[in-house]
Amino acid sequence: MTPVLEAKHIDKHFTKPVRFHVLKDIGFSIQPGEFTSIMGKSGSGKSTLLYILSTMDTEYTGSLYLKGELLTRKPANRLSAIRNAHIGFVFQFHYLLGEFTVLDNVMLPGLKLARKTTAEVRHDAMEKLKMLHIDHLAAKRASRISGGEKQRVAIARALINDPAILMGDEPTGNLDSYNSENVFQIFRQLKEEKGLSLLIVTHDEDFARRTDRIIQMEDGRIVTGG
Amino acid sequence: MNRLKLILGIARTHLVTKIKSTVTAALGVTFGIGAYITLVSFMTGLNQMLDDLILNQTPHIHLYNEVEPAAVQPAHRLESLSGDLLQIQSVKPKQGQLKIHNALPILDYLRRDDRVLGATPQIRAQIFYLSGSQDLGGVLSGVDILEEDRLSNIGDYIVAGSPEALHRSENGIILGAGLADKFSLALGDRIQVSTPEGGVFPLKIVGLYQSGLAEIDNSQSFAQVQTVQRIMGKPTNYITDINVKLHRLEAAVPMARELETLFRVRARDIQEANAQFETGTSIRNLITYAVSITLLIVAGFGIYNILNMLIYEKMNDIAILKATGFSGRDVHQIFMSQALIIGLGGGLLGLLIGFGLSHLIDSLPFETEALPTISTFPVNHDPWYYLIGIGFALVSTFIAGYLPAARARRIDPVKIIRGN
Repeated sequence: MTPVLEAKHIDKHFTKPVRFHVLKDIGFSIQPGEFTSIMGKSGSGKSTLLYILSTMDTEYTGSLYLKGELLTRKPANRLSAIRNAHIGFVFQFHYLLGEFTVLDNVMLPGLKLARKTTAEVRHDAMEKLKMLHIDHLAAKRASRISGGEKQRVAIARALINDPAILMGDEPTGNLDSYNSENVFQIFRQLKEEKGLSLLIVTHDEDFARRTDRIIQMEDGRIVTGG
Repeated sequence: MNRLKLILGIARTHLVTKIKSTVTAALGVTFGIGAYITLVSFMTGLNQMLDDLILNQTPHIHLYNEVEPAAVQPAHRLESLSGDLLQIQSVKPKQGQLKIHNALPILDYLRRDDRVLGATPQIRAQIFYLSGSQDLGGVLSGVDILEEDRLSNIGDYIVAGSPEALHRSENGIILGAGLADKFSLALGDRIQVSTPEGGVFPLKIVGLYQSGLAEIDNSQSFAQVQTVQRIMGKPTNYITDINVKLHRLEAAVPMARELETLFRVRARDIQEANAQFETGTSIRNLITYAVSITLLIVAGFGIYNILNMLIYEKMNDIAILKATGFSGRDVHQIFMSQALIIGLGGGLLGLLIGFGLSHLIDSLPFETEALPTISTFPVNHDPWYYLIGIGFALVSTFIAGYLPAARARRIDPVKIIRGN
């Protein structure tokens, strides 16, 4: 079976402020429907790895495959399109467009993909909001809702184009335990009901322990779980 | 199509939620364009008026004979003297040469030419105006007054009486307004003129002429061609000047050269006559454009600043758009369309303000002795300036928006997201 995401021999150096070998020969793959978490201390390179896997960071050596397709060294415009269609991303801070409504925030990546009409995208967006129990917020400005709600909107946005994989950079890092649990349950449900692959960077051991697989990182290397 | 709608939708939300910055930037353009339209309309209107003032009084081609000695003296023609050094003392100008030879056939020829709008004969006579024991030197021009009225704007400068009155009157005169003042004469009075040869003729004042130039108004008068011929005791084919008006001003120079060789007369074209005037016009135009461009550049910097600010504030938004799959090109176009919307909106409003202001200036009273035909400030409402104005608004906002938008295109989302 083709892995959803596969990394081979990924190395990365930071050049500022001094040359620093931040990722050392990283290789692993994620199967469809797998719920994986990446753990490690601050500075172990886990977030850096995640941004490479998300195609946003292109300065690395090695190769990266999404559903068997080589992503490394593709032009930026092509990567944007791939990110738009196949990768959902949830950040630690919710990163919504504050001046747009909740519904607009969820719809924008769908409109960009332009595979469906505006009406269909709106319908899909409402479905995602309903699934996450925040459909009553659709018309509100994104800057006017609570932190837990924002994170759910961000998840709805990440799901709008039915991606192959959902990535999260400490998506619960900024939430209280109630909302953290809530987000975890949503992820769990997405995996079980939709067969979505998830790759979540987290500090939260409690969170990580309940995922299918933990990749432990230390000093730029995968220690266990790779 | 959908993509454009999406990009314009995002741009619109940014502009509407930052309405203060948007309005400030747009007003910068508005003032720039508004001032440009007002200034350029007013300045070119003024230029046009000054041009007309001189140019309408100057024929496109003026045919006359120069007072000069013959280039080939009789002694040069003597073959027996060829090769010898000739010294001719006290050379005098030729006699009777103010008259244009064959003036009437020349007039006929000119009137049949396609390029010619009209050609009029003139006789210029040096005379004295007599009032009691006083006499004043001056010029009496014999003109075909109706043709002159059609071809030049002489009618505008006849402040009392009418050209038709002169046309009907065999012994009428249109007197310079300055002369009328000096002699306390009014319409309907009589004035005596005498020629250097001594004859005295009474003429009836049927009009007053005021050009605005005191020197002319104190010496120049007009009468019929036949009247002047009679006063001077000359036959009806005695014509000293022919004025030609063309359809196109540009044809004046080549045609003047052509007429010179054809008829062996001096032909002075309008550009030769008004060379220094052209210089004044082009310098005034230069100043107009320098000021306008300065205004527009200032407006452009305003837009540049505000877009830069906007992009700085929108760093997070740009990072999110890029993270969720918008390309650098999309982001670039979002900000470019904001710049162009500001340029278009501000520019159109500027045109409206320029239109209002220039019409306001056009309606302000402006009365001056020198320009009897003008009652309000002259303004040139050329639609070209409006096209140039809106064009410049779009071009300057495009340039001002391009750099900030290019910066937004290059923003690395990872740096923004991880920086927080």
